[in-house]
Amino acid sequence: MNFPKLNLANYLLRHLQVMLFSLGQLWRQPLSSMMTIIVIGIALALPAGLYVLLDNVKQVSDQWDDATQISLFLQQDVSPERATKLTSQLKQWPQITNTHYQSSNQSLEEFRQLSGLGTLLDSLPSNPLPAIIIIQPNENDLRPDAIGSLLARVEALPEVEQAQLDMEWLLRLRSINKTVERGISILGLLLSLSVLLIIGNTIRLAILSRQSEIRVIKLVGATNAFVRRPFLYTGFWYGILGGLMAWLTLTLSLSLINSPVNELAKLYSSQFTLHWLSALLLVLLPATGLVLGVLGAWISVGRHLSSIEPS
Amino acid sequence: MIFFTDVYKRYSNRFEALSGLSFHINKGEMAFLTGHSGAGKSTLLKLIALIERSSHGQVLVNNQNLTRLPKRKIPYYRRQIGIVFQDHNLLHDRTVFDNVALPLIIAGENHREIGRRVRASLDKVGLLGKERSLPIALSGGEQQRVGIARAVVNRPPILLADEPTGNLDPELSRDIMSLFEQFNQVGTTVFIATHDLDLINTLPHRQITLDSGRLAEQR
Repeated sequence: MNFPKLNLANYLLRHLQVMLFSLGQLWRQPLSSMMTIIVIGIALALPAGLYVLLDNVKQVSDQWDDATQISLFLQQDVSPERATKLTSQLKQWPQITNTHYQSSNQSLEEFRQLSGLGTLLDSLPSNPLPAIIIIQPNENDLRPDAIGSLLARVEALPEVEQAQLDMEWLLRLRSINKTVERGISILGLLLSLSVLLIIGNTIRLAILSRQSEIRVIKLVGATNAFVRRPFLYTGFWYGILGGLMAWLTLTLSLSLINSPVNELAKLYSSQFTLHWLSALLLVLLPATGLVLGVLGAWISVGRHLSSIEPS
Repeated sequence: MIFFTDVYKRYSNRFEALSGLSFHINKGEMAFLTGHSGAGKSTLLKLIALIERSSHGQVLVNNQNLTRLPKRKIPYYRRQIGIVFQDHNLLHDRTVFDNVALPLIIAGENHREIGRRVRASLDKVGLLGKERSLPIALSGGEQQRVGIARAVVNRPPILLADEPTGNLDPELSRDIMSLFEQFNQVGTTVFIATHDLDLINTLPHRQITLDSGRLAEQR
């Protein structure tokens, strides 16, 4: 009896041949292969596309990070010396990264410049504007509850008449982002599952259509691993090509969105440009497809192959 | 080489295909298996190819007890047997070369060795010029010879055939039989199920005849 020579180069060559054979089989049925690939492509492109949009929204909201600040309006009777001291004290708080003191005169000056109501202000008997301390909360404490407790603490200071959080809506946006992000993760998971099922079903049909061939191959001594291999490579190709299709779909869709987005950014005189994450997704989508493809084929082959025995 | 000892094969519907069958075939022997349709010829061959297992009794082939052979070892066992089928069982989307190469590819033989042995095997059955053809383009006799080339390409010690001349005219059948004799002359044990009595009565080999699953006659 002849024992197979277990030679690595030989083994790899065999795998390469099976790999190309499986690709050739997809090629010989272009229509049905293409339809499967497109379905997989869309299923993968959908969560990836939503993720790209979310990433862009995040990028925009991160630009406004500086805008999250608290303005402390001081009581009228707090002296400038007391206020400067409070400013440097506040800077020592761990929740606060930066503070800035603006006296009532500076406030008046700023208002004069910004409002253009200079002559009207001159007619006032005294300066109605309070002194302000602007504090910049620590980035790590931007969670709504943390910022809320900071707000309560500074408002309780005797020198402070009122504390006001600017851009409360930004925090809300962040929290909406987080919710949407989780939704996208769930959607991604469900669509990955559907890719798994699509590939599993495609492989099942491929196995059924090759039933008689499988019987013959088993009769001449093929192990289950040998019979399994071409189907796993079929899953491999469906996954990788589906991933590339997803990338193509996404790139095409984003290029359609790109010009109106630029237009919009220009109208808001913003520097914003769409982030495509192109290179990352070009690796990530086919890789995800590959894993799902091989896994789906594996499950399908495991379920259907063992029942096909020579008779 | 092939030993049957008190072998029974019962199917679930109580039908007994083989009952109390005992015989043996020596190493290097060539023998025929005959009998009417339904006498149990196919069942017997299925037991040797381990497509089915006996319900009772022992089957020993090439020093292996098939009653106890674990499932995962079946593929390796089958590589020691070349099987020729009545309906050829060729893969119709592969060339003649690829069909014949199949057992060697399965065994993980290297590329050069495969080319050499496939050509040697096709040469032996007289089809060397047809290696690039698809089976569908060949005549029935040629397809059968491709099946034989595939069965012998990895030089198995045992060659089984199930009605190999079933669809062929007498002259082609004689050619095919003499091909089997040639393999037998180089030491292969050959066991052929057939009902072509006119042909095999002209040949000097032993005949094992089955009747309703029992051994009817040996000569």
